[in-house]
Amino acid sequence: MYSIGIDAGSVATKGVIFDGEKIEHVIIPTGWSPKTASEEVLKQLLVKSNIKKEDVERIIGTGYGRISMPFVDKAITEITCHAKGAHYLNKKVRTILDIGGQDSKVINIDENGNITDFLMNDKCAAGTGRFLQVMANVLGKDVSELDDLTNNARPEAITSMCTVFAESEVISLLAKGIPKENIASGIMHSIASRGVSLLERINILDDVAFTGGVARSDVIGRIINDKISKTIYKPPNSQIVGALGAAVIGYRELL
Amino acid sequence: MADYRELWKSLDMDLEKHDQLCEVLPKFYDEIYLSQEKRPEGMNYFNFVIAEVHGLRIQELAEHRKNGQKVVGSFCVFVPDEVISAADAVGVGLCSGSDFWIPDGEKYLPRNSCPLVKAAVGAKTSGTCPYFQSCDLLVGETTCDGKKKAWEILGEHVPMHVMDLPQMKREKDKIHWMDEIRIFIDELEELTGNKITEESLARGIELINKKREVLQRLYDLRKEENLPISGKDALLVTQIAFYDNPERFIEKTNELCEELEKRVQNKESVFAEGTPRILVSGTPMAVPNWKLHHMIETSGGSVVCEETCTGTRYFENLVDNTGETMEEQIKALSDRYLNINCACFTPNPGRIDDILRLYKEYKADGVVYYTLPFCQTYATEFKKVKEALDKADIPVIMIESDYSLQDAGQLKTRLEAFFEMLEPKKEIAAANK
Repeated sequence: MYSIGIDAGSVATKGVIFDGEKIEHVIIPTGWSPKTASEEVLKQLLVKSNIKKEDVERIIGTGYGRISMPFVDKAITEITCHAKGAHYLNKKVRTILDIGGQDSKVINIDENGNITDFLMNDKCAAGTGRFLQVMANVLGKDVSELDDLTNNARPEAITSMCTVFAESEVISLLAKGIPKENIASGIMHSIASRGVSLLERINILDDVAFTGGVARSDVIGRIINDKISKTIYKPPNSQIVGALGAAVIGYRELL
Repeated sequence: MADYRELWKSLDMDLEKHDQLCEVLPKFYDEIYLSQEKRPEGMNYFNFVIAEVHGLRIQELAEHRKNGQKVVGSFCVFVPDEVISAADAVGVGLCSGSDFWIPDGEKYLPRNSCPLVKAAVGAKTSGTCPYFQSCDLLVGETTCDGKKKAWEILGEHVPMHVMDLPQMKREKDKIHWMDEIRIFIDELEELTGNKITEESLARGIELINKKREVLQRLYDLRKEENLPISGKDALLVTQIAFYDNPERFIEKTNELCEELEKRVQNKESVFAEGTPRILVSGTPMAVPNWKLHHMIETSGGSVVCEETCTGTRYFENLVDNTGETMEEQIKALSDRYLNINCACFTPNPGRIDDILRLYKEYKADGVVYYTLPFCQTYATEFKKVKEALDKADIPVIMIESDYSLQDAGQLKTRLEAFFEMLEPKKEIAAANK
């Protein structure tokens, strides 16, 4: 018995296939069409796990592209899916901080993985993956290289929260001759602070899971850990938690 | 709609710009309202009122004015309609719920003002709202700083009377508010040339109380397990209560309620079983601001009650009609109006009691706390409300949103997630029953 969860986010589309124990996953860029991307993810998942579509008994769509997936049995919000995914991975998790491509959210859950409260950022790219991406571009790096670039450098304060203003700020810092390492470190601190301030608007409970594309950065996770002094759990693959949650929900509906 | 261009021209309106406004509203209304399933027949009257929103009612107001009556516009549930009615004037609640008026409002007001205040100023200064154009007097009140300063600007365009609403509820504040009602009586006597007497004020109190009673009758039907009417439709009825002819409104709403009572007997519901029931609490929703209700009811929820100025704050509690002298009547008016729990008061524990009570009365599953951007009082009061709701184990979500649709996608995700969060709670409650 198989279920599939597909999470079409603003940057990446993630798919997870689940048989009650093992999981297999696929991650591809969303591009301009979440519909095409989710169809592609479905196809790749079937190939990767070597099963036929008929063998999949339930498909759940999530993420902002969930409304553009004609083949799903049900669409569920990414908030509920993240809660279930994080709870499946670690039963001790009670608060989740998820920072994705264009939004960030904090979710509180109970011992059964049911949501008790949640918050989302405002409709703005501040403190999301998009912020990181724009800043990495200015530094002439790929997002994945920022951790290495930081290399424990002293952080140069980035005062603008707005992505557009912060971009100009970084450009002028570069013009002043501030080393890239310090700027990169400042960027990491800036995004971590946004995450922490979102967390502080909710009652933070141990353990805290850090998920989403931005959680791939160890540096940001470490800074957040220092600031809130709670046990932080980072899933082995932080990007697929929503898709995993969708697959888990789908699987449980089959039981 | 018949041709009202001559009428509009006589009101000194910007016809070209007004055409643009008239073009968008019907499509918007079709999408939001006429697309609903199982709508009560009785809503046809309210459809008609909206279709004729800038037509027939404006013509009626013009006829009143031809007969020598005055039209008095107001913005807030604290302005005593009884006094307007006692002076034989016609009261109209002015709406200011559309994005259309924001750019014109921003010519006069800071961009970071609340959309309701910006739209009110824009509606007047752009000359595109025939209600504003029909008013002989506007009545403002001091419920927030944005409004207070906006009255000064509006006063350059139209005669303005401002009532000084106290911000606390001590004895001296009640005396002060009685004084404000007396001043308002004088102002209206001067405007209309009609003396307000114990008899005319008693008639005013009786009429407005009747309007409150019919709204309460409608809202009582929303307490039913099977909802005979959508939240969107109920909101529309309340919004129309602000500017329709009161006698006709009472008659038509009673007719609607009779139909809804039959639906209740037959256990008919406009929503699928198990649809989460939502209490909306917060800032007013002026026509045509149907955004939040529409989003809730197209994301898997239903609105069962509004703890807002376009909801229970407008009609709950009657004015005591046993007063015989003018002084007793003024005291009764003051008591009823100062019993409204608006966030402009400090402290304001009554509002929390209201929310907890309404949550129970209307059998709600969760609360959506709604505030317009830059509404400091309601946004700040959320903290206290949330603490009280958390303590009572009542789920709540805060939604801050203006009239534009740019945040629709994100809001939909948040509302859907909120309803998903209510599901396990409902299951547990059902299992415990």
